[in-house]
Amino acid sequence: MIRKFEPQHDSKWSKLHPAWDAFYTFLFTPGETTQKGSHIRDGIDLKRTMFTVIVALIPCLLFGMYNTGHWHYASLGEAGEFMDNFGAKFGYGLLRTLPIVVVSYGVGLGVEFIFAIRNGHAVQEGYLVSGMLIPLIVPVDVPLWMVSVAVIFAVVIGKEVFGGTGMNIVNVALTTRAFLFIGYPTMMSGDKVWVGGLGEEGAKTADGFSGATALGDLATAASVHEENVTALEKITSLESKIISMPELTGQLTSKIAALKDIIASNTAVIESKLAMIPSLWDSVFGNVMGSIGETSVLAIGIGAFILLYTGIGSWRIMLSFVAGGFVMGLLFNLWDGNPFMGTDPLQQLALGGFAFGAVFMITDPVTGCQTNTGKFIYGFLAGFFAILVRVFNTAFPEGVMMSILFFNVMAPLIDHYVIQANVSRRMKRLKTKNS
Amino acid sequence: MSKTVKLRKGLDIKLIGVANKSKDSVEQSSVFAVKPTDFHGVTPKMVVKVGDKVKAGDVIFFNKYQEDVKFLSPVSGEIKDVVRGAKRKILEVLISADSSIDYKDFGVKAAESMSAEDVKAHVLAAGLWPLIKMRPCDVVAKPTDTPKAIFVSAFDSSPLAIDYDYALHGEEQSFQAGLEVLKQLTTGKVHLTMNGTVSPDVVFTGAKGVELNKISGKHPAGNVGTQIHHIDPINKGEVVWTVNAQDVVLMGRVFTTGKFDMAKVIAVTGSEVKNPKYIKTIIGTSVKNILANQIEGDNNRIISGNVLTGDKITEDGYLGYYHSQITVIPEGNEPMFVATKGWLGLGLNKFSVNRTYFSWLTPNKERTLDTNLNGEIRSFVMTGEMEKVFPFDIFPMHLIKSVMYNDLDEMESLGIYEVAPEDFALCEFVCTSKVDIQDVIRKGLDEVYNECL
Repeated sequence: MIRKFEPQHDSKWSKLHPAWDAFYTFLFTPGETTQKGSHIRDGIDLKRTMFTVIVALIPCLLFGMYNTGHWHYASLGEAGEFMDNFGAKFGYGLLRTLPIVVVSYGVGLGVEFIFAIRNGHAVQEGYLVSGMLIPLIVPVDVPLWMVSVAVIFAVVIGKEVFGGTGMNIVNVALTTRAFLFIGYPTMMSGDKVWVGGLGEEGAKTADGFSGATALGDLATAASVHEENVTALEKITSLESKIISMPELTGQLTSKIAALKDIIASNTAVIESKLAMIPSLWDSVFGNVMGSIGETSVLAIGIGAFILLYTGIGSWRIMLSFVAGGFVMGLLFNLWDGNPFMGTDPLQQLALGGFAFGAVFMITDPVTGCQTNTGKFIYGFLAGFFAILVRVFNTAFPEGVMMSILFFNVMAPLIDHYVIQANVSRRMKRLKTKNS
Repeated sequence: MSKTVKLRKGLDIKLIGVANKSKDSVEQSSVFAVKPTDFHGVTPKMVVKVGDKVKAGDVIFFNKYQEDVKFLSPVSGEIKDVVRGAKRKILEVLISADSSIDYKDFGVKAAESMSAEDVKAHVLAAGLWPLIKMRPCDVVAKPTDTPKAIFVSAFDSSPLAIDYDYALHGEEQSFQAGLEVLKQLTTGKVHLTMNGTVSPDVVFTGAKGVELNKISGKHPAGNVGTQIHHIDPINKGEVVWTVNAQDVVLMGRVFTTGKFDMAKVIAVTGSEVKNPKYIKTIIGTSVKNILANQIEGDNNRIISGNVLTGDKITEDGYLGYYHSQITVIPEGNEPMFVATKGWLGLGLNKFSVNRTYFSWLTPNKERTLDTNLNGEIRSFVMTGEMEKVFPFDIFPMHLIKSVMYNDLDEMESLGIYEVAPEDFALCEFVCTSKVDIQDVIRKGLDEVYNECL
């Protein structure tokens, strides 16, 4: 039946053939047969691959919806226990999350179709996963128009200019998030955006409720800690002045007292912030604030299991990414320069987008390393730098995204050296043979 | 030094239709073909015309650019037709065979008591040269080269493959005579590599004067390319020759009998063959008699060779020169609805290296696979899947890409000299993006052959 609508080669609709083809192949695997080479082929195709990733994302999506609802009610002071009010919370999360999913898919696939028709090639399936990843890594309160602008930017500049699916250098979903972060920083950080409804005008919150994420809290604590360090330095220099210029003692003593007050109040802030950091179990389970899909390490873990068991995701990258992050966390622990550095390495891995990045972002086969040895190096360095950026740049606690984007760009370089090692092995064999 | 190699990578595809261990005889076909297309890179120069009478052993054509490489008629009879394709390229030379074959006499020879030059001259004269292939490039060997070694694989590990231990049982004399010929053709060693997981037939274990190696693992352990790579890899500037195990027997037989007797055992296999079995036939035979009343259904793919590397032929097509197997599998030219048999289905009957279809629940089940591509051609997206089935110290995807953008230097440094299209058959099978990888590699090898050899 659907064949009836196939645009013929010579008809005026012939340019729309890629669009028709996309719908047809969505419904039917074509009766296309092998012509040369291997007569039989593996059952897998790109659609199945992408579909498997989406299945792996579903636990994150469902948990993210529920978590969104939970924190909305928590901000109103009506949440109660995590599992109370299940229907209302899930319903609210569904209503908030679904539009982002729809916009992400609608806009992204629209751009893909336009490029496919314009260039006369088939619509490739790459965006099926990107379109699901994007809603999961943005704050729930992000305006829909921002999502569409960012998606258009990411698909066009991040992917289509390089030739489309399979040719892109950086991860499309992360490009979207980076665009949002740099273009609209107020919507991507702070303590208003992570909870549904909090960003709206006249929104009311229950007393004592803060909408900051754990990473935001840690970053605040770290920067306040910096202030304390400078204050302490000032006190020391003032005290030495007192000794050299005793006539100013009174004036300086009052200054020192003022500084000590600041330190005391700062220390109180640090303590209050640290007190708000969720327990390790909470951040693993995921009932904390953050982007929609990234909070629950458990839900992500289910996804990781699906990806690894089916063989779609690379265990090499996942493992080395986590190892890299853990090692950096340990190193910071040893240094212990500020409260952020002092965070338990396991807690570091459970917070923010690290787990989500490890399972769904860094493992993107197109933008990652292609050689097996390269995958280990790539994953490790990306994980290492993710924690480094997170801790050092307090203005930007979500270092995972930046680190992964950076190593997306570096991946071909890593591959290059791995391949050169193989090439020189072959050259060496030739030389020993000839000598 | 003999070597024992263990492979960790590879893939055995379990299919329905393994040939039963029974040798049947089939009425001799009335038409035989010599197909110049079986010999990649050979430009045929015809010696005979339609209507000429030939004996078994008379020259049909020779290679225009290497005139001493001759291609002989496997049977006696009359040249029936010369089938030409686009640009008048010769596709098939058809010979209608006499009922009893009349052989040209080449004289009984013993290679071990001849000089190396005489052996080479006799191999060329007796039309045995096309049986020898060279690496790099996987084409008919050049008589002017001196190979550093000659490799013979004593088993075929591809799906439904012929079992040489069974098929060549009792051919000790011819096999040894063939090895004596090969020993004279190289200054280096002759390597015979046997399957390390079974105990090979005495025809192989009893071989004298050659290196006996063992290799164990999944397919492509039986591919001679894999064996070369792990036993004595090819460097730039080196040449290795390869001969199929059964073709060694043919060579030996021509030396010991003086007759160009190309009778060989082939396996008739595949899920659509009613009674898969071994039969005795002659190179170039029409498959019509062999498959008559043997095939189920009428929508089938008939393959001369195995499912991974063979050639598509028609029901009255001809057995390829190097092939010891005919495989019949169903065509997959029906669209598959998404939720039942397509990409959303459970896929209990699909075979996949990954576990995305639920067929992983029954990994050891023998399956019927059809010729459907199971998807559409896409850009390369997945990585690491080829490495799982490619037991070479070579980066398959990067080599393929270097061929695609035609960078000779890079092909060379990534190891194109060591590979043949058949070594990439499994890569092609597992490729999620459905790229015709063997075809790509063949293009790269052609480029290398034209520019560097």
